[in-house]
Amino acid sequence: MKAAVIVFPGSNCDRDVAVALEASMGAKPLMIWHRDTELPPLDLIVVPGGFSYGDYLRSGAMAAHSPVMREVKARAEQGAFVLGICNGFQILTEAGLLPGVLMRNAGLKFVCRDVCLRVEATNSAFTKGYAPGQVIRAPVAHHDGNWFTDPDTHKRVEDEGQVAFRYCDEGGSLSPQSNPNGSLANIAGVFNERRNVLGLMPHPERLADAMLGGTDGKPMFDGLVEALS
Amino acid sequence: MKAKVHITLKNGVLDPQGKAVQHALGSLGFGGVDDVRQGKYIELDLAETDPAKAKASVEAMCKTLLANTVIENFSVEIG
Repeated sequence: MKAAVIVFPGSNCDRDVAVALEASMGAKPLMIWHRDTELPPLDLIVVPGGFSYGDYLRSGAMAAHSPVMREVKARAEQGAFVLGICNGFQILTEAGLLPGVLMRNAGLKFVCRDVCLRVEATNSAFTKGYAPGQVIRAPVAHHDGNWFTDPDTHKRVEDEGQVAFRYCDEGGSLSPQSNPNGSLANIAGVFNERRNVLGLMPHPERLADAMLGGTDGKPMFDGLVEALS
Repeated sequence: MKAKVHITLKNGVLDPQGKAVQHALGSLGFGGVDDVRQGKYIELDLAETDPAKAKASVEAMCKTLLANTVIENFSVEIG
């Protein structure tokens, strides 16, 4: 599997996700600077977390129009897999690769803690390593994670099974209390229609090694390596 | 030529920051504020001298970058 991590000015999870990928695939991913416009053949492109361009205008808005993103969009259309984590999710929605938008958290505060996620769909390379309905732990660290869209798009996302993860309690139940940011229908991560693009606010790369306190994020990277190798 | 752009959240989109400002106004004794919605104001200095062309150009800028039309409306004033 050939993988790359895109690096923007202000990315700060690029190296974390590179470490998680290397542990799963046994080789280092390429690190691609945002000004690069030519990419080598790739199976997986990761758009990492951070605060690209200082979150100017809207989180992810500037990065979505940076030179490298034109190429990322073209590759996604050709079928390459694209994973956006946290700021990466915001960038992919701003770039039009994923539905919806990430608004300011309903509680207005930056939320930084572990949350529980329910795996809603396992029929993708990103989530095949999990069991349907499995509850996993993942850290969140964001100010703008409140996923929102219009009712028609929300219905389509639900009907097409594009919801990948929802915020839940430890037993897997959905409630306003288990929703850290006010996201519509507790949605924490969504696929595109073809399921080759996933965006999620929580950070699987931060729990992909026992030394970091857990491995609930590792099946995502292992599943991608298995599916794309 | 100057362009003034107002960007506001669409009706029906929750504005928690506006709500927080409304509550703060109430607690400061400013009663009777039924709702607060906040947005962005952007001023552009344009080389274009034709108002119609300037407006069309700024509207394209709004749709491409300045506003996220999933949740935001924009209005453009030239002059």
